[in-house]
Amino acid sequence: MTAVEVVLRAVGVLAAFLVLPLLVGQAEHKVMAHMQGRLGPMYAGGFHGWAQLVADGVKFVQKEDITPAAADRRVFRFAPAVALVPYLVALAVIPLSPSVVAADVPASAVFVLAVTAVGILGTLMAGWASANKYSLLGGMRAAAQLLSYELPMVLAVASVCLAAGSLSLGGIADAWRPAWLLWQLPGAVVFLVAAVAELQRPPFDMPVADSEIVFGAYTEYTGLRFAFFLLAEYAGIVVMSLLFAVLYLGGWHGLFSDQLGWLWTMLKGLVVAVVVIWLRVAWPRLREDQLQRLAWLVLVPLALAQLAITGVWVVVTS
Amino acid sequence: MSSPARKSGGTGIPGILKGLATTARTLATPSHTAEYPDVAPSLPPRSRGVIALLEENCTSCMLCARECPDWCIYIDSHKETIPAATPGGRERQRNVLDRFAIDFSLCMYCGICIEVCPFDALHWSPEFEYSELDIRDLLHEKDRLGQWMPTVPPPPALDEHSAEPAEVAASQKPARGGSRLVPRERPARVRPARVGDESPSGATGATPREAAAAEAQATPPTPDEAGGDQA
Ligand code: SF4
Ligand code: SF4
Repeated sequence: MTAVEVVLRAVGVLAAFLVLPLLVGQAEHKVMAHMQGRLGPMYAGGFHGWAQLVADGVKFVQKEDITPAAADRRVFRFAPAVALVPYLVALAVIPLSPSVVAADVPASAVFVLAVTAVGILGTLMAGWASANKYSLLGGMRAAAQLLSYELPMVLAVASVCLAAGSLSLGGIADAWRPAWLLWQLPGAVVFLVAAVAELQRPPFDMPVADSEIVFGAYTEYTGLRFAFFLLAEYAGIVVMSLLFAVLYLGGWHGLFSDQLGWLWTMLKGLVVAVVVIWLRVAWPRLREDQLQRLAWLVLVPLALAQLAITGVWVVVTS
Repeated sequence: MSSPARKSGGTGIPGILKGLATTARTLATPSHTAEYPDVAPSLPPRSRGVIALLEENCTSCMLCARECPDWCIYIDSHKETIPAATPGGRERQRNVLDRFAIDFSLCMYCGICIEVCPFDALHWSPEFEYSELDIRDLLHEKDRLGQWMPTVPPPPALDEHSAEPAEVAASQKPARGGSRLVPRERPARVRPARVGDESPSGATGATPREAAAAEAQATPPTPDEAGGDQA
């Protein structure tokens, strides 16, 4: 790979990183508005409120950038980047098709899981450095939640890797067969639930709980830094949706997959993203104890069972 | 701990799916939100927006001001003497309204003043957009209260088999037999419409507001006439 190619690929990933989360954000505005029968998000701009996101962006840029006097300034300012960058790195290794992938690393499934887990550090840093007890509480709640849901997620992915006999996302998608939709379904459900929880999206947004505990770890953040945290959430949706599409929905498998493979992956990812948004609209927020219960008493056993089934199947058929 | 929670209100898996179904159904149906500032709402005629004053009807009897639970009606009046209409007759006095004001920053829209007014001088108008930047501007003096009068919708039509309104019946009664007095010609009364009647406002093409304004001006006899007739 020449230097020019590396730069081109990096720019490509960066462009996707800047565009796709905004696309998801726009979709969230509109889908939520329709699902709740609201007209507010349809107002800004002419057609279907297209300018709402632009207006939001302008608003965020205008706001004053405040760092609390008692805050640990360096950590405080660094936290949004720590929350955001892991998703950029993860996006680089997710293959849209066998050829359309920025960096084809060997154990990319493990790599993506490891990298996205770093994002939680940003939330912890934000909560700790804000010098605010609400932020600290929010940060600790987030840490507890993310640690709980990391395990079922890894187990679910392990099952797919076992079934495919590969740790690389490309290899997994290659090995994918339509029958997996049924066979890996429990694992897929566990992965989706864990992914939504990882992103701290409703119904698992208890640490943030904007209407209850003043936005958790992000209480002291204003303007662009706050926007970065939001952007990290949407980038997370993009990464998790694409990951789900590649792991469980067969990625680029579909009609004309040789030419249009990347489009299939994107489409499947978009459908998953809409489902993630849908869950936000339909379900109420979980309580802390319900959240931990769900992780340890439902998701972990389910993921373990899936792993066992996959193991037996692989041993029997090989 | 979780089992009683499950039972109450049908939570659990079916409830979760039901939630998804509900939002999906809403997604598929066009929203029917009232776009209020852009589109004026169509209010039922009985809506309580603001109180309108028909000044000619008000006799400054103070009933409304006394019954108002908030004491937010301010009335000033003085008496005027009307000279006798016939030579040797008695002089009469009548009230003249100087000030009539309702403070809408205090009013709780209970409607008691409108209920108690014996002379139908107060009416509900459905107009509700009279917010002000300064709370003092919510004190509507009688000219402002009078301006709401054209916005009062016409009264609902009478029942099909209802009795004639008392004042109409009285005006159409034949004179008592044997009397030497010949009934004087009286001004024609506007008869309230009845269900099934040809609607006067519909027939003339006038809006309800215009009809109400016209009616308001047509019906009330001025205090001058009322006083003169009795002599
Ligand atoms: S409607 Fe308002 S002005 Fe009339 S009696 Fe009630 S409080 Fe007083
Ligand atoms: S509005 Fe009616 S109740 Fe009030 S003073 Fe006038 S006539 Fe009397």
